[in-house]
Amino acid sequence: MYSILADTMFFPPERSSVAGTVDGLFDFIYYLSLFFFVLVVGFMIYFVLKYYQRPGHTETPSPSHNEALEITWSIIPSILVGVIFFFGFTEYLNMREAPENSYEIQVIANKWNWLFRYPNGAESSDLHIPVDRDVKFLLQSQDVLHSFYIPAFRIKMDCVPGRYTWTWARATDTTGSGIDDSSHDPFHLFCAEYCGQKHSQMRALVYVHETADFELWVEKAANILENNTPEEAGEILFKRKGCAQCHSLDGDNSAKYAGPPLNGQWGTDRQVLPRGSSSPITVKMDENYVRQSIRQPNAEIVVGRKPGMTVFTPQLLKDEEITAIIAYLKTLK
Amino acid sequence: MSTITPETQIDSGHNDDPSSNYLTSSSGFMSWAFTLDHKRIGVMYLVGIFGSFFLGGVLALLLRLHLLVPNGLFGDWVSLDRYNQLFTLHGAVMTFLFIIPSIPAALGNFVLPLMVGAKDVAFPRMNLASFHLWVFGAIFFLIALVTTGLDTGWTFYTPYSIETQTNVIAATIGAFILGFSSIFTGLNFIVTVNTMRPPGMTWFKMPLFMWAIYATAIIQILATPILGITLLLLMGERILGIGIFDPSMGGDPVLFQHFFWFYSHPAVYIMILPAMGIMSELMSVYSRKPIFGYTFIAYSSIAIALLGFLVWGHHMFVSGQSPMAAVIFSGLTFSVSIPSAIKVFNWTATMYKGNINLATPMCYALSFIFLFTIGGLTGLFLGALATDIHLHDTYFVVAHFHYVMMGGTVIAFVGGLYHWWPKIFGVMYNEFFGRLFCAVVFFGFNLTFLPQFVMGSRGMPRRYATYVDEYQIYHVLSTIGALTLGIGMVGAIAVLVISLFNGRKAPANPWGAATLEWTCTSPPPYYNFAHAPHVGSPYDYSDLKYDARIGGYVKDPNASKTTPPDQH
Repeated sequence: MYSILADTMFFPPERSSVAGTVDGLFDFIYYLSLFFFVLVVGFMIYFVLKYYQRPGHTETPSPSHNEALEITWSIIPSILVGVIFFFGFTEYLNMREAPENSYEIQVIANKWNWLFRYPNGAESSDLHIPVDRDVKFLLQSQDVLHSFYIPAFRIKMDCVPGRYTWTWARATDTTGSGIDDSSHDPFHLFCAEYCGQKHSQMRALVYVHETADFELWVEKAANILENNTPEEAGEILFKRKGCAQCHSLDGDNSAKYAGPPLNGQWGTDRQVLPRGSSSPITVKMDENYVRQSIRQPNAEIVVGRKPGMTVFTPQLLKDEEITAIIAYLKTLK
Repeated sequence: MSTITPETQIDSGHNDDPSSNYLTSSSGFMSWAFTLDHKRIGVMYLVGIFGSFFLGGVLALLLRLHLLVPNGLFGDWVSLDRYNQLFTLHGAVMTFLFIIPSIPAALGNFVLPLMVGAKDVAFPRMNLASFHLWVFGAIFFLIALVTTGLDTGWTFYTPYSIETQTNVIAATIGAFILGFSSIFTGLNFIVTVNTMRPPGMTWFKMPLFMWAIYATAIIQILATPILGITLLLLMGERILGIGIFDPSMGGDPVLFQHFFWFYSHPAVYIMILPAMGIMSELMSVYSRKPIFGYTFIAYSSIAIALLGFLVWGHHMFVSGQSPMAAVIFSGLTFSVSIPSAIKVFNWTATMYKGNINLATPMCYALSFIFLFTIGGLTGLFLGALATDIHLHDTYFVVAHFHYVMMGGTVIAFVGGLYHWWPKIFGVMYNEFFGRLFCAVVFFGFNLTFLPQFVMGSRGMPRRYATYVDEYQIYHVLSTIGALTLGIGMVGAIAVLVISLFNGRKAPANPWGAATLEWTCTSPPPYYNFAHAPHVGSPYDYSDLKYDARIGGYVKDPNASKTTPPDQH
């Protein structure tokens, strides 16, 4: 009966199979806490009003301890926190183990974007999932700690470099219909573990599709190179792989962007510092330079910039995808 | 008989004029910088700590202002990088330079030996060294601040802290040195309490502030070395690339979190236990009632100190640790909530049938109960695994620990400072303004942090320089609250500072407290006590009567109830 209040003040809407239980536990603790808070502060205010120092008022002797009372107020809270603990961990165990036959999506976190890889090879920078189906997220990080957090689903798990972690969710509501993003009202996905400069911008959107829509979407997403011109495919990949996080396309050369701007650069000369060297050399921005900058970004750093770009291995970015990105870079004026 | 008599303390360097006190007994920079007097060291700590508090507070206000609008108020001036440095340095300065040393090193140093009726702490030179180390540590923090900053968060999580270009080394050296300062203080207090209590002061006749400081000292000397080793390993990792924490060299980043929280969770109790000790003193003195349930409060301090070592894993419920570990840490976490709850009940019960003096320290004590209860209860949401998954690393956590650390420790610290101010400096402050700014602090504090519970539960992650529009309303409220809180804090400190110039001279015992520090003059003489103080019950107020001529309390020789004669 209080859930209306709880829904409006605390918590975003419940959009996964576990959200209701989590919110229920939250409400239970909330009302229990409210009770004890009112009790303690109520007594405190009552005592202050009744016993404040004023002319003619003095303290009255009373026992300075009372074993029965003290044992009671130790044991009752102990039992109550025991109950909270019990509900907390039983639901947690359910949240930790993905059901059998879950649809598995690989989540690759790097500074500062998300890459979602679907079983058919499709990739995306926003998350797309089918409704009413258990989805297991296999999490990994390419660089530092990140944390995969979808408030609407009440799930969160760190992405730890060097090991796999996982979590799962079953979405209970779609965010819209059709495979066109604009017809959806997606949920937020946040990075919840501090990961450096653009931590707060390491956000993505979560689209929940009808099953049939999802099949269509994932099929189309799997074949960008085939279904698009190299330039178009390059543009999709440029955004999807997070290049736009650090490279401006409007010539903005400020520290807002960790990397140098990329528009109008094709074929120009640039000053770079080879690794371990202190004197810059001049290189031309051509196919080989771009390819090396993606595969070994720290080998030659543009003067005035710091090393820090994710190393894009062939597992993260295939050769033909680099070719498409190069085609796209050539179009940037 | 081991009482201290003035004859044993002849020191030609000091003024033996009976009207002189520790502030006036000698003068000059050197007489302060190299003093062995615990009172002067306490006062120097007080100055240093308030400098740090001011710095941390200014950083806090800057970052709150920045968050007024979703994309950052200051635009390019506070870029993403600079915001990350702001919150990191706010956290690091407040934690390492301010809140950990605040009560033990400043108030504890001043009050504890007086409470024991002793001339000084057990190791005065070590005490001085502790302060000098604090200064060195602070210098390294300032070096980090003015060079390239620090942007790792105060937790220095790997592998980010290994690869960031900011000055992690200076900051970790600073924290390492501060660790020694903390250990020295803790060691000193343990030995002081163990060996220097006067005849008649049995363990269960000690003031509860001493119990709290003692429990804190246990944590300081057992947990702090872990931090030192962890920071050394981190430095080794950065400089030499050992490969302990760096996954690209086969290391384990979660191992760092285990090491770090193995210190830093107990450190939370270094921060809050002394505050609880102050609360026990204030509630009793200003209610004029013996503290309710002395034994339970004393034992709960020790219980918190010991259980506090077993719960570090609750910082890592979503780090990928095994579900079994998470369940065990969750259970242990709840166990540590019980001793805290007991204390709150006891403090409240102490007021029953009392004669409650709503002086400024009591106003802070009442604030503490209100705020700490919220802080403690919101911990239940974070200790429960299913709800923690959602709330972890959101503003809910930020609000929770500020309610505990600031609503708890800082409020108690300021309350304790007001309480002992007449003793420390021998002047009375203005009660009206004292209470007024206490109310401003209380209001500003709640306005700052209550909205953070709501936005955190709605999914706003912490450490975000920019955010999605729907959270703006809570950030606006929070920022207005922070500005109010800032005004309140500056006002509260100003009331004290102004009293140094125009305050009425303080009597020896303005509040009618029964602990020993109130039996010496205000401010205390250089050697603390002219005569060995008589040890009675620390919470028996029956023989103290208000004397309007001196504006303070005096022993009533005609009191019907007399304490038992000394056994020695």
